[in-house]
Amino acid sequence: MIALRMFWRKSLNYVMLTLTGVAAFAVVSVLFLILGYLLWNGGTSLSWNFFTQLPKPVGETGGGMANAIVGSLKLLFLAAVMGLPVGLLAGVYLAEFGGKTFSFVVRYTTDLLNGVPSIVIGIFAYSLVVLPVKHFSALAGGVALGIMVIPITVRSTEEFLRAVPGNMREAAMALGASRWKTIATVVLPAASGGILTGMLLALARVAGETAPLLFTAFGNRFWSQGWGQPIASLPVMIYTYAVAPYDDWHRQAWAAGLVLLGLVLLSNLGARFILARSKAV
Amino acid sequence: MSAAATTLAHEVPPQAGPRAFLHRLRQGDEIAHLLTLTFAAVILLLTSLLVYELWVNSHLSRTQFGWAFFWTKVWDPNFDNFGAAPFIYGTLVTSAVALVLAVPLGLASAIFLSELAPRKISDIISFLIDLLAAVPSVIYGLLGIFIVVPLMRTTVGPLLINTVGNLPYIGVLFRGPNYGVGFLTAGIVLAIMVVPFIISVSREVLLTVPREQREAAMALGATRWESTWQVVVPWARTGIMGSVFLALARALGETMAVTMVIGNAAAIKASLLAPGDTIASTIANQFTEATGDLYLSSLIELGLVLFLITFILNGLARILIVATERGGGRPA
Repeated sequence: MIALRMFWRKSLNYVMLTLTGVAAFAVVSVLFLILGYLLWNGGTSLSWNFFTQLPKPVGETGGGMANAIVGSLKLLFLAAVMGLPVGLLAGVYLAEFGGKTFSFVVRYTTDLLNGVPSIVIGIFAYSLVVLPVKHFSALAGGVALGIMVIPITVRSTEEFLRAVPGNMREAAMALGASRWKTIATVVLPAASGGILTGMLLALARVAGETAPLLFTAFGNRFWSQGWGQPIASLPVMIYTYAVAPYDDWHRQAWAAGLVLLGLVLLSNLGARFILARSKAV
Repeated sequence: MSAAATTLAHEVPPQAGPRAFLHRLRQGDEIAHLLTLTFAAVILLLTSLLVYELWVNSHLSRTQFGWAFFWTKVWDPNFDNFGAAPFIYGTLVTSAVALVLAVPLGLASAIFLSELAPRKISDIISFLIDLLAAVPSVIYGLLGIFIVVPLMRTTVGPLLINTVGNLPYIGVLFRGPNYGVGFLTAGIVLAIMVVPFIISVSREVLLTVPREQREAAMALGATRWESTWQVVVPWARTGIMGSVFLALARALGETMAVTMVIGNAAAIKASLLAPGDTIASTIANQFTEATGDLYLSSLIELGLVLFLITFILNGLARILIVATERGGGRPA
């Protein structure tokens, strides 16, 4: 009887432990499935034209997404200019100056802002920028993405500043440096690898955002006429092309998906690389 | 003397008086402090402004429909009659499906990564899973449309109808026409999207469980699985709940992938195979087409509802995770 019970417990042990392993590998294999499908479908549709030509009118095959690639870069530039400084300085505040209650409130709000669905951020940017001037613009898209960049940058900046050993600060101050001089010349450089990684990851994350751009940057089948005009972006193009009923558009959506995923994954890998190197030094 | 005292301002009580302040100002400390403080305050300002804008711009809809907005089942732009019930239903159902699939899968993977796998392999797999979390949602939507939807239409859907659909009680969920798009498809895609969050947070939490707990269980004769399931997991349960809440918040707010596979129909159907809509997908689909002021205002009120739900869930999740990591999660 006891032997039977032992046999049951041991069998359960092996079965459940095996299942956990199966689960982990199943999840990881999804990543490779995604990569595989995109390489297979996107790779065959990708051509030089994709990077150099404008979209063709409906019904004509061919054309590319040059305007969307440039548009995405422009939007990312805006997001970086607006979001990164706020995130960096707020992160410095939390790590170096913050008091108790106010820091707690800021930290908590940052986390909540990070959790706000991207579509709601889109509505916010819409009511801030689009509603007053009554038309969609690259600027509005930049604001939406910029807001999303802030919380990610704040938390990573704070985390990496806190990882800088306290005796480095004390050494600088013992030599007579003021507080901000210590931060600017000793603490920030020491944490720069990590902070840069955080920024890169923040930009990589918003680079793939579609929802907040739908009704801020809108979209454009031509070159954008300026910051105050609607602008095309890769994620929105993928969405419009994927839900459209044309086979040629589907092929281009796959190609755009491959390019976007490539960019996002490469910047993620790049960020890790920077981090690994800065840790080694 | 004064200089020495001010440079160590964070260790000794700061000297009072205008002279000490002026001195710090000259040294730049106060300027840096105020500057960074301003930017920290910008975050609070932005978040308050976000709530304010959502509140003000949904005014028209709030006054017109009142609380009835939440249970009105009609969404008719032609007659300016708007109710959120179908979308709230769709959001809850898709998220529920996502959690039912993602929680066991995520928890099992996290257990494997924290308890079984050698540290090196665990780190590599965690890294790959982090990459999975970085995949943009529109890419999931793309794969959803061209891979998952056809699969649901031709294989999984009919299979479910012919097997589970015949069962009493739960069979209701798997009956009726099968289009490939719908609640179930959206839930499956969502599950894949939130699994990485459950895994990475749960793994972190499981790794904080003290080693002695495992050793004590093993010393009492427990098998590896018994020690994990009866000792380690209960110890970390608060944090695991936190990871689930975090995943739920993401699933509720997820927009693009869901919009692309849910079928976009403002209807409440018992069948999981029926097309529907979520709050987020409705906003994404209709916002640019919203012609009337009331129409737009109703969509913004949907946004407000979504914001409030995720706001509360995220808050709860943070509290749970912090509580466990401080060691407060031990079983009572």
